[in-house]
Amino acid sequence: MDSQAIATHPDHTHAGHEHPPYLRHHFATVEQQRETSSFGMWLFLLTEIMFFGGMFAAYMIYRNWYYPAFVAGSHQLSIVLGTINTAVLICSSFTMAMGVYSAEMRRKSALVMWLLATIVLGVVFLGIKADEYHEKWEKHHVPGLNFSVQDFVRVNPAYPEDKALPLDMAEKTQVYFSLYFAMTGMHALHMIIGISILIGLVIKAQAGAYTQGHMTTIENFGLYWHFVDIVWIFLFPLLYLISRHQ
Amino acid sequence: MHLISPVLWQFLVNWLEHFALFPPEASGIAPYADALYFFLILISLVGMVLVVALVGGLSILYRQEKNPVATQIEGSTLLEATWTIIPLALFMVTFVWGALLYFRIYDPPANAMNIYVVGKQWMWKAEHPGGQHEINALHVPTGQPVRLTMISQDVFHSYSIPAFRVKREVIPGRYTTVWFTPTKPGTYHLFCTQYCGTLHSQMIGEVTVLTPDDYQKWTAGSTSGMSLAQNGERLFASLGCASCHNGAADARGPNLAASYAGRVQLSNGSSATVDDAFLRDAILNPTMHTMAGYAPIMPTYQGQISEEGLIDLVEYIKQLNTNYRVQQTANTTQVPSGVQQTAPAASGMVKP
Amino acid sequence: MSTIVSLPDQSTATMPKRSYLNAEYGLKSWLLTGDHKRIAILYLISITFFFFIGGAMAGLIRLELLTPQTDLMAADTYNKLFTMHGIVMIFLFLVPSVPATIGNFLIPIMVGAKDLAFPKINLLSWYLYLAGGIFTLAALISGGVDTGWTFTTPLSTHYLNTHVITAGLGIFVAGFSSIFTGLNFIVTIHRMRAPGMTWFRLPLFVWSHYAASVLMVLGTPVLAIALVLVILERTIGIGVFDPAKGGDPLLFQHLFWFYSHPAVYIMILPGMGVISEVISTFSRKRVFGYTAVAFSSVAIAVFGFFVWEHHMFIMGVSNYSALVFSLLTMLVAVPSAIKIFNWAATLYKGSITFETPMLYAFGFMGLFTIGGLTGVFLGSLGMDIHLTETYFIVAHFHFVMVGGMLMAFLSGVHFWWPKMTGRMYPEGLSKLAALTTFIGFNLTFFPQFIVGYLGMPRRYAAYPPEFQVLNVLSTAGATVLGVGYLLPMLYLTWSLKYGKIAGPNPWQATGLEWQIQSPPLTENFIETPVIDYEAYDYEWLANKTKNEVQTVG
Repeated sequence: MDSQAIATHPDHTHAGHEHPPYLRHHFATVEQQRETSSFGMWLFLLTEIMFFGGMFAAYMIYRNWYYPAFVAGSHQLSIVLGTINTAVLICSSFTMAMGVYSAEMRRKSALVMWLLATIVLGVVFLGIKADEYHEKWEKHHVPGLNFSVQDFVRVNPAYPEDKALPLDMAEKTQVYFSLYFAMTGMHALHMIIGISILIGLVIKAQAGAYTQGHMTTIENFGLYWHFVDIVWIFLFPLLYLISRHQ
Repeated sequence: MHLISPVLWQFLVNWLEHFALFPPEASGIAPYADALYFFLILISLVGMVLVVALVGGLSILYRQEKNPVATQIEGSTLLEATWTIIPLALFMVTFVWGALLYFRIYDPPANAMNIYVVGKQWMWKAEHPGGQHEINALHVPTGQPVRLTMISQDVFHSYSIPAFRVKREVIPGRYTTVWFTPTKPGTYHLFCTQYCGTLHSQMIGEVTVLTPDDYQKWTAGSTSGMSLAQNGERLFASLGCASCHNGAADARGPNLAASYAGRVQLSNGSSATVDDAFLRDAILNPTMHTMAGYAPIMPTYQGQISEEGLIDLVEYIKQLNTNYRVQQTANTTQVPSGVQQTAPAASGMVKP
Repeated sequence: MSTIVSLPDQSTATMPKRSYLNAEYGLKSWLLTGDHKRIAILYLISITFFFFIGGAMAGLIRLELLTPQTDLMAADTYNKLFTMHGIVMIFLFLVPSVPATIGNFLIPIMVGAKDLAFPKINLLSWYLYLAGGIFTLAALISGGVDTGWTFTTPLSTHYLNTHVITAGLGIFVAGFSSIFTGLNFIVTIHRMRAPGMTWFRLPLFVWSHYAASVLMVLGTPVLAIALVLVILERTIGIGVFDPAKGGDPLLFQHLFWFYSHPAVYIMILPGMGVISEVISTFSRKRVFGYTAVAFSSVAIAVFGFFVWEHHMFIMGVSNYSALVFSLLTMLVAVPSAIKIFNWAATLYKGSITFETPMLYAFGFMGLFTIGGLTGVFLGSLGMDIHLTETYFIVAHFHFVMVGGMLMAFLSGVHFWWPKMTGRMYPEGLSKLAALTTFIGFNLTFFPQFIVGYLGMPRRYAAYPPEFQVLNVLSTAGATVLGVGYLLPMLYLTWSLKYGKIAGPNPWQATGLEWQIQSPPLTENFIETPVIDYEAYDYEWLANKTKNEVQTVG
């Protein structure tokens, strides 16, 4: 008895339709494969939103409780560096988008160039971030490792109109800085992972992998990169620009 | 429980207690909790019997030997609606009943006497206003509502007295409260029910319920000589609180006399009720509790006063209230309505 | 009317020459496989391993509780045991139990696909699971961890000297394994359905896995970040949960339960899917109220996200927020009730037989009903005050997780064992095991409801002597239960070599998986199936059988 009850044709071969080499065996069409992986990527980004969401929830609560500490903490960040970094990331999103476009246009050298540009911008962002972290360390603003409330119980020279915080509120700047490090740290970790993947992509692109019509990987990575960018677009005002309007 | 005969109720209670299927009922709330428990058991039994009867009965009726061919049935909207609405209705009854009980357990009456409890790994310290200190024990009188104001020095604990059917988490950094009226003299278990480290299962004690007379004797016999308020007064003086909180019209700090249980306007625009939790927070985080019209100049006492010290101070400030009232009563010989000490909100948390 | 559907004569069944099991040989062909069926087998082996580790710990816990004093082991050891028991059983057994094994094996076949959408990610998820398991074992071997599986701050961050970080990392990594499994399922169910396989032709097993996957994908990352913050707090003391620095330890509870309550539904929903399949097959009848059962899974997934605070009713949350969460808890109980009644109604006018999977399914229905109803006790605010943190809650979630989920898992394993391996297990022995499990389970956990109402707190190494009788009963039951779990392990292994050949459809079930050979080919279907019948269409099956008989004849 034939156990393959459903439409079994033993003499059937795949001769009827040509399969491109990148079509995996379990997909019927290239279109299905493409849609599937892009859907998967969006779902993954949803989990990422939930991942960062936990920290954003914590931020919301503590900012509400300890607003003066959050203002004082944010006044210790360099708005110039923050703005430069925002610009760098937006540029890197642009170069990434151009990379996707080049892949679509099947231009190998352009793709490699745009990906390299994205790597460079990503590294610049991380460099600036590292410099900021270093400055925090020098100023004793790292909660747990080396923290001192000194900067907060006196008037911040950069913001003479700010009042010095009373000691109890100054202590709460630790909460601000722990969230600052946790959030930007997680973001930086995502950047590092992104850059590592990018390096792999460049090597494969150099071998001509994404410029022959199959570019789902590049597209999906583009989504990831833009997502990381968007997280920063939220982090920047939340961490750097508290009460800048005052 | 008013619905069934008291005799039957007593019988049920005695029978179950004898066979230790449920703990002694030793507080005013316990019969109410048990009534809900029996109601829930009843609907569970009905539900169980229904499911077992359906599954068992149908399995026998429609086993293959008897019914070799199945009849395909799509479903029935009417039946779906039935078994959506009936459980939902029962659950709603449970919800309302449970919520009423919850609010009863966590809303202390105005005349409750206050005992402070400090939890730490792995012991319970109870402090009576009269200055009696107990470790892993609690003495309370019958017939008197008792409110426990509790805080932990380290990790989460949970103060549980099964015979009273009450329990409340004891949390570091904020007061939580629970109350009960003991009804039956005896000794009952006190457990820490929140896992708190190695000797969690040793963080147990005994709650002793005494008749009011015995309680008086116990109070007199175990006093340390100094009431909490007296300790607080000393602390108040040694910390120099009076230099600002001196009650003068031009004082730098608000007048604390008569402040307890009142509502105050805070400088950040919100208002708050002055209760135990507010006072504690105001001492530790003064900036977030600055009263309107005062400069935020009070230093924090975080790390300088132990939880017991804070309790003493809170009790002292409360005492200022009573003395003030006493004087006022003495002067006017009539109690104006509305000055009776009102109980603070049950939820121990005050955050702006 | 259709012909009587009876079990086919298995003596004529032969093992197919080619199947996923013999497509390739060698360890490498298993460890680097992309085949969802092989990955399911890898998962099955590894979760069984961890189940017996967790079970051994449960045995030791019950032994210690035989007497009121701490005489078998020190309190410290006891604390480590129940912590590791919780971590292993929840994160390494229950969460992946049905989805990663049976679900992994069947979801692609049930939707008519050749594989899951992302085979490599599927394999990666198994390796992540393994890595998580190794971290957890490392924590165990290097001295254990005693936070309780709930990692309550500040106990876990500042007051313990055990291997919290290793265990936390283990859960973190295993969490990603679960995220990837869920992601794979959702994408597969959306994008890989065969022509004609509409949403409402999907078996209910697929619906319940879909609902569970949504919870996995959206809930697990929140646990991940909560654990990251705990690890950061422990290593460098950042202070987000530290009251001394202005942090709030209750925030951790919120983040933790935001995952860990939905996790309960992650564990139980796939089990409910198994029960739908089994009840339908052995009643030879379409599941009563298909749409109601399907949507109740979705309702559980949706409401499941908004009830987490009911774990914190006594923790000083605002009374009014407790009110809202209690109401929502009552609402989430309704879809479960709907399912139970629909399964019971499926039996009506069925043609019921009592094979082992059906016995386990009946066990599930009884025990899950008790588990669910006692959940209503705990969702009711005033009652929760007395019952929470006692043995009542321990009994409640064991009724749901072990009585419910483990029964469903065993039901599923027995139901699809012939499909997975091509062989039958000894029927008498397996029925005995089902019965032993049921009796042992009730004996173990029913006394815990009583001792819980008496006030015995959970996680106690020593307890007042008046609770001893009930604890002795419980320990005795655990012994029976242990036998009940060892039996299937033994006879299922035995059946791999000596079991009777099962044939493609030993139960005469309608699912797509039963219309292909057992064990299936690597590509599942030779040609993409075209679906032109509803789920659980027994008349379609009867006609098909008749046609085949005619063809052969």
